[in-house]
Amino acid sequence: MTQSTTADLGADAPDAETEATRRDFLLIATGAFAAVGAAAAVWPFIHQMNPDASALALSSIEVDISSIEEGQAITVMWQGKPVAIRYRTAAEMEEARATPVDDLADPVARNDNLDPAAPASDENRSVPGREQWLIMLKVCTHLGCIPLDEAGDYGGWFCPCHGSHYDTAGRIRIGPAPENMAIPPFEFLDETFVRIG
Amino acid sequence: MQHDYFPRYEPKTAVGRWFDSRLPLTRLMYDSFVAYPVPRNLNYFYTFGGILSVMLVVQIVTGVVLAMHYVPHEDFAFDSIEHIMRDVNYGWLLRYIHSNGASMFFLAAYIHIFRGLYFGSYKEPREILWILGVVIFLLMIATAFFGYVLPWGQMSFWAATVITNLFSAIPLVGENIVTWLLGGFAVGQPTLNRFYSLHYLLPFMIAGVVALHVWALHVTGQTNPTGIEVKSKQDVVPFTPHATIKDAFAMTVFLILFAWFVFYLPNYLGHADNYQKADPLVTPAHIVPEWYLLPFYAVLRAVPSKLLGVVLMFGSIAVLFILPWLDTSRVRSANYRPLYRQFFWIFVAVCIGLGYLGAKPAEGGYVIAARILTTYYFAHFFLILPLLGLFENPRPRPASIADSVLKPADEVSGAPAAAGGVAAPETRG
Repeated sequence: MTQSTTADLGADAPDAETEATRRDFLLIATGAFAAVGAAAAVWPFIHQMNPDASALALSSIEVDISSIEEGQAITVMWQGKPVAIRYRTAAEMEEARATPVDDLADPVARNDNLDPAAPASDENRSVPGREQWLIMLKVCTHLGCIPLDEAGDYGGWFCPCHGSHYDTAGRIRIGPAPENMAIPPFEFLDETFVRIG
Repeated sequence: MQHDYFPRYEPKTAVGRWFDSRLPLTRLMYDSFVAYPVPRNLNYFYTFGGILSVMLVVQIVTGVVLAMHYVPHEDFAFDSIEHIMRDVNYGWLLRYIHSNGASMFFLAAYIHIFRGLYFGSYKEPREILWILGVVIFLLMIATAFFGYVLPWGQMSFWAATVITNLFSAIPLVGENIVTWLLGGFAVGQPTLNRFYSLHYLLPFMIAGVVALHVWALHVTGQTNPTGIEVKSKQDVVPFTPHATIKDAFAMTVFLILFAWFVFYLPNYLGHADNYQKADPLVTPAHIVPEWYLLPFYAVLRAVPSKLLGVVLMFGSIAVLFILPWLDTSRVRSANYRPLYRQFFWIFVAVCIGLGYLGAKPAEGGYVIAARILTTYYFAHFFLILPLLGLFENPRPRPASIADSVLKPADEVSGAPAAAGGVAAPETRG
């Protein structure tokens, strides 16, 4: 580059202010390169906090449901969360079916096996042909507490933390929880086994 | 604050001069904590900054030694706490100091914050000083939360679940953020491990922001109960011995209270549920945070909408950031603001009331009361403070700090004549 004296700088000043110089270009290009480099360097430090390979490896389980009688439920762990597997009674299903979808706080089924926009009818909370089975993440959609079974104003679940009431199809009815409890992806392999995940 | 009221550092030895011309560390300490001028009328509410510094050191020292015995693993964490309590030499003492120290830390911080609210310490030119204080407060909350998770009891586990799930209220990316924070799909080993790392890190970040806080304080100088700036040497006394001795005395009294909890009521502020090991399948019937977070918890539960509840809970702290611009009054001290003084005490009562409601179950009348108090909490900042400055008639203020101390009959109603320079008459909080 040229060597400038103070006088030179003074004389060049008007040009330097109005015209982009090669120096400006180099400065911006260097700065942009450094910013991209810094962002790329930060990513490993952020991404290391996401679930690791061993956590992701536990993504599906198979459960034996042959011993569950009508009106009974078991809780299994899937991805570190409890999943309720409930063999519902006819009365419970009838009660859930009698509720119009318009009365629900969350009108969406939240069923990973269906279209994301499916309405929250009782049928859409289970799978066709096996409507008596409710397989659901027993995790309150408010702040993640575990609701109590067969409790609350609607005979379904009641979350003791902040007072959310769920009905017999696990749909939110009263309280701060914004969504129905989630139905995970599952599949009945045969009469005995169901695979979750 | 002007710094030439008292003689500055003069190295007296050849070694001192040699060192001073290379690294003026002694000079910095001397000019900041010996020759530094403080208002002569500071009352005992102004000793809590020093107390907080000591509490930070207590927590870091006990924390570092506890970390030598604690195991951050979901299978061993709970047992390692009992190992500390039963097997480690003086482990019970160190742990009780650390766990009760957190409560004492927050107690001192709340007195310090309300002192600032009463005497208008956040007003021009101390906005940055105040904002740094709010940053420290936020870091304290985060540190206390991470620390509370480490014993891996039932309250630890479910506090971690509830607090991380707050972030699921964020639209679109909320669930991804929660998974990222947890390192899995639920609270587990990755969560415990990273919380341990962060619990160790954050106190040192607090120490860094404290350094900035003290720096900002020493640029503007301290406020004082009159809210009038220092005008002459008559208004000030040197930090040492005046403030040093007063701080040391207050600290001793505070440490007696601290020791009373450590030795006689070590579990009074805790929860029995946390002596049960974490169980991912059972949520305790009644989960509550530690006492110092109860008011914010009450705000969260007062709102029937998840997102709005979370927003208001964070907002109840974030509003402190803009407080210097919400208070329109030019008079700093509540001693000269008859209306603000009353609203201040109502606000204190509202905060305590929210704390009480945060500990109660979220049902019936408690929820209604929490909604009323939450509304008042925000109205205090967004309605009362801006309007008071426009409508309030402040009482006449003394011409200077020295006047307020030396001519008590003029301005200070009903107080006995000040006996000495430092013992201000207005110690009524």
